Amino acid sequence: MSFRIVVLAKQVPDTRNVGKDAMKADGTVNRGALPAIYNPEDLHALEFALRVKDRIDDAEIIILTMGPPRAAEIIRESMFRGADRGYLITDRRFAGSDTLATSYAISMAVKYLGDVDLVVAGRQAIDGDTAQVGPQVAEKLNFPQITYAEEMEAVDANSITVKRRLERGIEIVKSSFPCVVTVHASAPPCRFRDAKRLMKYKKARTITELQEESNEYSDVYEKRPYLRIEELSVDDIQADTQYLGLSGSPTKVKKIENVVFKAKESLRMEAKDQDINDLMKGLIDTHIIG
Amino acid sequence: MNNVFVYCEITEEKNIADVSLELCSKGRKLANDLNVKLEAVVIGDVGPEIAKEVSPFGVDVLHLANDSRLFPYRTLPHAAIVSHIFKNAEPEIALFGASSVGRDLAPRIASELKCGLTADCTSLEIGDHVENKTQTEYKNLLYQIRPAFGGNIIATIINPDTRPQMATVREGVMKKEEISSSYQTEVKHIDVAAILTDELFAVEIINRHIEAKKVNITASGIIVAGGYGVGSKDNFKLLYELAGALGGEVGASRAAVDAGYVEHERQVGQTGVTVRPKLYIACGISGAVQHRAGMQESATIISINTDPDAPINNIADYVINGEVQDVIPKMIKYYRLNSK
Ligand SMILES: Cc1cc2nc3c(=O)[nH]c(=O)nc-3n(C[C@H](O)[C@H](O)[C@H](O)COP(=O)(O)OP(=O)(O)OC[C@H]3O[C@@H](n4cnc5c(N)ncnc54)[C@H](O)[C@@H]3O)c2cc1C
Ligand SMILES: Nc1ncnc2c1ncn2[C@@H]1O[C@H](COP(=O)(O)O)[C@@H](O)[C@H]1O
Repeated sequence: MSFRIVVLAKQVPDTRNVGKDAMKADGTVNRGALPAIYNPEDLHALEFALRVKDRIDDAEIIILTMGPPRAAEIIRESMFRGADRGYLITDRRFAGSDTLATSYAISMAVKYLGDVDLVVAGRQAIDGDTAQVGPQVAEKLNFPQITYAEEMEAVDANSITVKRRLERGIEIVKSSFPCVVTVHASAPPCRFRDAKRLMKYKKARTITELQEESNEYSDVYEKRPYLRIEELSVDDIQADTQYLGLSGSPTKVKKIENVVFKAKESLRMEAKDQDINDLMKGLIDTHIIG
Repeated sequence: MNNVFVYCEITEEKNIADVSLELCSKGRKLANDLNVKLEAVVIGDVGPEIAKEVSPFGVDVLHLANDSRLFPYRTLPHAAIVSHIFKNAEPEIALFGASSVGRDLAPRIASELKCGLTADCTSLEIGDHVENKTQTEYKNLLYQIRPAFGGNIIATIINPDTRPQMATVREGVMKKEEISSSYQTEVKHIDVAAILTDELFAVEIINRHIEAKKVNITASGIIVAGGYGVGSKDNFKLLYELAGALGGEVGASRAAVDAGYVEHERQVGQTGVTVRPKLYIACGISGAVQHRAGMQESATIISINTDPDAPINNIADYVINGEVQDVIPKMIKYYRLNSK
């Protein structure tokens, strides 16, 4: 393949449905206790990559996901929607990584892949809302970055033109390759699963998954190599463990508090004229209004 | 100990952005706590007269990189200059706005300097820390306090071993407070030509449309905020009317913004602005944690809601059980009658 696109996609706990036992004592997230979903903006990133692929001959899309074994689901989901293959960066030694350590690991995995033209990430992941990994991967690869992409205006094998969504407007910028693009939620949503691809890839597995399922199709990779989801360990990507995990993460969680809003003693009233008259009068008398 | 630094953004109108001035105010307090100086970095096509804008907030030193190629903001040249300054000065703390610029720039710098960065802090304090395992004591760390997990928890983050301790903060979270109109700021000019190379301009800006900031609800002492329960863009006119009568601004929940009732600039909450007016009137807002995170510090809260059990009612001083369409006209009427 001549044009290589890497999409960074993360499996995240669904923070819209957080229960009580979501946090561990050490302040890290107990991912097991929450439903895991495809980070929403990473789906926009996948669509962005698919649109680039649609316009460039001979382009391929590789998904990179760093996480526990079950994050392989993200890679399968991506394959159903049009990605060519994927790698799961997984190793206990990655556990507890903050954005700096994560971006170091991801950048080493991109280097392991060899020549890459375009890296596409979501703007931010909903578990931390940090929006740091994209720019940090760009810095570690020494690639320029285009953040908050809303639309791809033009692309060819040499350069890409992107509309960025900023706080108070838009900006259209152009970069040559290689570069990193992070994609904003206002970009087009991801296309649906393709029925044929679903059939083709539904048995795609990592080695770990195959071993766990321990069923008889262990020769599956030989017959159908496209079903192989590669796993990458610390050693595979030749990462230096001092930059990984808790020890490689400069940020430490000192304390976690659940949000408890103390209920106030509130004055309750109906929408009757008298009540509202009294309220407005009271607010004026106490100089809150007027 | 080394100094506190604030990266100051330049607006389209060639002023220092509000969020940066707010951070200078916060930076001044942190510098006082640590007994160090406050330094600011300004990168753009502005001359030394810009120092006048930051001086009143207590900035001791302003690092100025003035070059026509440095406006509008682009990641690589700005990152190169900031890294250059930080490598020389080795700041103790470095603050950036959690704006489209700050959130693009700060992670790039943190990666280069291999230091920690905490996004979207809602509070910054100085405090000590003892590392449990080794019993190592750390004095005067920056506590970076932020909501996480969709607003369900509040985390205190520290960077014990790396410097600078970097954080981004959204507009409206810190208070802008001038300390002296005659504060003296020393301007240090950066030798831009020695830092910038052609490769840093690899990303070309082809076009841009940036609108001037139209509304700034954070500055308003009275906010009439509408939620999905307001029901329509048309009904929102009632809120503008009430806000107009009281001399306030209109705010909104994300559901109201998503429904197209009102523009995003008015959104209050975790992914909007943080406000702390003396009066917040929540109209048809249920009070999700993400919304409360942006308004819970309002001095007085009134909730108008048809649901007596709406979570917002728990933090309201006055709860009016009723329809927005019915209650607001009455509020306007009785305000006018009583204020005469
Ligand atoms: C990561 C993340 C970030 C978020 N950030 C924000 C943020 O910054 N700001 C924010 O606001 N939200 C944010 N949200 C969304 C938030 O979770 C809620 O969905 C949102 O605040 C709900 O808005 P609402 O109260 O207007 O709507 P609803 O929850 O639908 O509530 C409508 C209310 O109106 C009442 N009502 C209905 N009809 C009437 C009537 N005629 N008169 C009076 N009352 C009536 C109902 O009883 C109800 O209480 C975020 C969510 C996530 C996951
Ligand atoms: N563990 C991960 N695996 C793959 N991609 C990631 C991972 N963490 C972050 N990313 C990418 O970086 C983006 C920003 O993440 P964050 O900085 O955590 O908000 C995400 O939208 C993903 O595209």
